Amino acid sequence: MQPRTTPEVGGMGHSMKRKEDPRFIRGKGNYVDDIVLPGMLWMDIVRSPFAHAKIKSINTEKALKVPGVLAVITGETLAKYNLHWMPTLMSDTQMVLPTEKVMYQAQEVAAVIATSRYAAADGVDAVEVDYEPLPVVVDPFKALEPNAPVLRTDKKDKKDNRIFHWEAGDRAGTEKAFAEAEVTVKQDLYIPRIHVASIETCGCIADFDRVNGKLTVYMTTQAPHAIRTVFALVAGHVGLSEERIRIVSPDIGGGFGGKVPVYPGYVIAVAASVVIGKPVKWIEDRMENLQADSFARDYHITAELAAKKDGTITALRMKTLADHGYTDAAANPSKFPAGLFSICTGSYDVKKAFVEVDGVYTNKPPGGIAYRCSFRVTEAVHAIERVTDVLAQQLKMDPAELRMKNFIPKEKFPYKSALGWEYDSGDYPAALRLAMDKIGYHALRKEQAEKRARGELMGIGISSFTEILGAGPSKQFDILGIKMFDSCELRIHPTGKAIARFGTKSQGQGHETTYAQIIAEELGIPASAVQVEEGDTDTAPYGLGTYASRSTPVAGAAGALAARKIREKAKKIAAHLLEASEEDLVWETGKFSVKGAPSRSKTIQEIAFAAYTNHPPGMEAGLEAVNYYDPPNLTFPFGSYICVVDIDRGTGMVKIRRFVAVDDCGNIINPMIVDGQIHGGLTMGMAPALLEEISYDENGNIQGGSFMDYLLPTAVESPSWETYKTVTPSPHHPLGAKGVGESATVGAPPAIANAVVDALAHLGVKHVDIPITPEKVWRILKEKGVAE
Amino acid sequence: MIPASFDYHAPGTLPEALALLSKYGDDAKVLSGGQSLLPLLKLRLGQTGHLIDIGRIPGLEYIREEGDFLRIGGRTRESALESSDLVRTRYPILHDTAKVIADPLVRNMATVGGNLAHGDPGNDHPATMLALGAQVVATGPKGERVIPIEQFFLGLFRTALRPDEVLTEIQIPVPPARSGGAYLKLERKVGDYATAAAAAQVTLGSGGTVERAGLALTNVGPTPIKAADAEKFLAGKRPDAATLGEAGQRAAKAASPSADRRGSVEYKREMARVLATRALRLAVERAGGR
Ligand SMILES: Cc1cc2nc3c(=O)[nH]c(=O)nc-3n(C[C@H](O)[C@H](O)[C@H](O)COP(=O)(O)OP(=O)(O)OC[C@H]3O[C@@H](n4cnc5c(N)ncnc54)[C@H](O)[C@@H]3O)c2cc1C
Repeated sequence: MQPRTTPEVGGMGHSMKRKEDPRFIRGKGNYVDDIVLPGMLWMDIVRSPFAHAKIKSINTEKALKVPGVLAVITGETLAKYNLHWMPTLMSDTQMVLPTEKVMYQAQEVAAVIATSRYAAADGVDAVEVDYEPLPVVVDPFKALEPNAPVLRTDKKDKKDNRIFHWEAGDRAGTEKAFAEAEVTVKQDLYIPRIHVASIETCGCIADFDRVNGKLTVYMTTQAPHAIRTVFALVAGHVGLSEERIRIVSPDIGGGFGGKVPVYPGYVIAVAASVVIGKPVKWIEDRMENLQADSFARDYHITAELAAKKDGTITALRMKTLADHGYTDAAANPSKFPAGLFSICTGSYDVKKAFVEVDGVYTNKPPGGIAYRCSFRVTEAVHAIERVTDVLAQQLKMDPAELRMKNFIPKEKFPYKSALGWEYDSGDYPAALRLAMDKIGYHALRKEQAEKRARGELMGIGISSFTEILGAGPSKQFDILGIKMFDSCELRIHPTGKAIARFGTKSQGQGHETTYAQIIAEELGIPASAVQVEEGDTDTAPYGLGTYASRSTPVAGAAGALAARKIREKAKKIAAHLLEASEEDLVWETGKFSVKGAPSRSKTIQEIAFAAYTNHPPGMEAGLEAVNYYDPPNLTFPFGSYICVVDIDRGTGMVKIRRFVAVDDCGNIINPMIVDGQIHGGLTMGMAPALLEEISYDENGNIQGGSFMDYLLPTAVESPSWETYKTVTPSPHHPLGAKGVGESATVGAPPAIANAVVDALAHLGVKHVDIPITPEKVWRILKEKGVAE
Repeated sequence: MIPASFDYHAPGTLPEALALLSKYGDDAKVLSGGQSLLPLLKLRLGQTGHLIDIGRIPGLEYIREEGDFLRIGGRTRESALESSDLVRTRYPILHDTAKVIADPLVRNMATVGGNLAHGDPGNDHPATMLALGAQVVATGPKGERVIPIEQFFLGLFRTALRPDEVLTEIQIPVPPARSGGAYLKLERKVGDYATAAAAAQVTLGSGGTVERAGLALTNVGPTPIKAADAEKFLAGKRPDAATLGEAGQRAAKAASPSADRRGSVEYKREMARVLATRALRLAVERAGGR
């Protein structure tokens, strides 16, 4: 798309450099841990070494004797204020601090408040807790067996460990289609538990002002407004009132969904500050972050496809067990306990589909947060893209050809999927064709055949994903009842500069730049002169925050519509200034002019000045607007990724030789930022495919709870990503944009997994679960007798 | 990740450092690059009353050939080794090793002496030094003593250094003509300790047979492992594929790995074999034997 504005204005389509980067690059960002308040105290947390244990006693005597330690807070302390339990965003309950038992390793047991970070840590060491271990449930399948211990003994009527059963689609019709199918395939797959591992851990400073009764919390949160409301609801009974709660999200060093939930540490710090009357800082260390904060994925999926012999897919069925840990602390929209998993028919025109998900309690930390996956879309895409390859293998068909055959055709959009979604727009064959051209698909297949003949292992994997994001339309989407709109408040200053405030919160996505570009596009005010602010609930308009790739689709749209409201008023002012009628005015970026007399014009800057100095009689002064945008539908970005891998027959090491990513996120605001999102997303998608996994032993001990074993990829492990675009605008979004923050994380893992399986397919391998570690591959090579 | 409290000392001379070590005995630890010691303290896996930082003592950072030895100062940083032309051209095995230790940030701090003194079987230099037949100079209150590297590693995190000694120099015999070495490491990602790694140093005789072979393994046992049986087997043989393969087998037999997140016992042992064979092949190649 050719930009409509000049580079000086910097509207849509310009690769404007990020406005936030100078401060980050110079180390001038302001993160929670950079903030120091007068009289501030530190908090550190005592954590459970057991995954399930009764707490017999907590002895704080020695801890209180450690120099600098002021207080030790336990569940009993909080119980006095009825603050020892709190609701989760899914209307489940979770402990702030336990009074009876702990339910996962690293769970918060007590908190030490001290005059320094070091004293707090010494205090933690000195707290003595007497535990009595209880039977541990780690395996979600066993959790559902009739004789499994019931974990949530706090819930009076709970007789088992099932959290929810959820289903969508046509069960009977799907069964019939499978019964009548010429070919069926079935694949079990596990999408392992992983952690967002943002570079900045979680933390806060709770600052309760006893005189004014005002609570200010500086906090690493992706959704400050929702948090404020939750605090008001949870702690209303102890006197916290919403107008006297201020949540400030300063700069955030990565969120990825992990900074949506309310963690116990935040609440304890608030309680401590209220009780002590001083600011209390709590910052997790790396291991606490990795071991105790909410996890993602952990889906055990059985995926099935029914098809005709010619490859036409006729039906899809998926049955899933979701391991949520000890509480359902996901952050899905209320009506979607399994998120948007029902996007699992993917990019294909599947007539009949049925999907069911059962959520299960286990002795693990809360799981199910949306780690850069738009609510369970990663799981859905992995399942459909993997099982599509299983079908191709069964039919001895090329996986590209099978996909081409089953894509939803371009002319069928808007397309109603068998599981109930209305896909807005798409051109799937074009994206896959471009990816095939760029990577040289047919030549690679030839090379592969030659290599196989020589005993060398090389594979090519495709993933043609469809994303679903931009939650969401108020008729379906809410969190704790709050509808998932988002907002912009836009004010134009007399000299024609602007401030725009949003209900979202950037954690690295570059909102200060892209939002400014949206305003620039709509009003012709240079993006450099538009100041964007988010994250302070005292100043920003109410919004649900940034996650699930919703900022551009929802808040971005609010920005555009607020700007258009301003343009309407500007037109009236221009008519007044030009002594013309409104109908005779035409808008071209940055100014109104009189039809047929282009020299008679007023720039937006002149109009803004007039709004404060010379506004028409009868009109309110000023130039500002607010928009709360309720999206009519979700948006459906898509893409096709192709990955080429080589496998070392001695070690089982997988090396990604090339990776071509074709993305379509509709109209693009800042191409450089979009590319940055895709590069980062691809690397984050490679991580669970090859490296990352959090697992537990039979006693519920976490395996890989530090960066020693939780293998975050670096530039060294990353191939040189090759990115391309197709552009299919969203028909219902004011800017035709779709959002892109999570496409790559969602689309990359199956491309890599498919490439590895493809490299081994001639040996009879049909599937390998991620992460595909060297040893996993080596075991296959050994079993097949081809290891070096 | 907050350490318990300790006292910090920064002596300006070696005698001062030795005096402090003698004074505090078991309650003191030498601090070199800190890249192994500080993580232990921060995780409170270890605790010490006194850290004696040897970083301000002049004359402990050098790399030079002198007499029959390449001499490396005890406090020489990994990054210095990595960027040394002398090391790259004359001791490729050391260059290979320095390059795969941790990441550039750690290598800027970590020291070769610390890498040996820590006694961690996961560290990469011990195997290299075993393959090279190095020796270590320890300086204590009574002066210097030289410890052959084969006698240096006593057990997991245990070395022949006494609490009142500072490792001041590593001495590597200057290799004769037609020598070559290589270090190959399998790691899950950059900065990881080895799943397994092999160090091979080979000198070929005039007839193309192996005159001396040094072969050692990293992280497949409680100490770094010298593959003595494989070394003996190679001596006097022509280094063809079958012979190197057999040597790899024998090296793997010397390994006694334990299972962890990096792999099972079986996998690690097999990787020891694969890497030892490959390292030998590369060493022979570098020695000029094809
Ligand atoms: C993220 C990370 C990744 C790493 N990966 C690797 C890797 O892949 N391979 C690898 O080999 N290493 C790795 N290391 C370890 C690193 O190389 C260590 O720094 C090194 O092993 C120890 O050197 P140091 O100078 O830092 O020693 P220190 O940490 O200062 O000391 C280590 C121990 O040796 C003793 N000591 C040190 N110097 C002397 C001396 N001169 N005399 C007597 N005693 C002494 C100390 O008292 C202490 O007990 C890694 C470290 C980190 C933090």
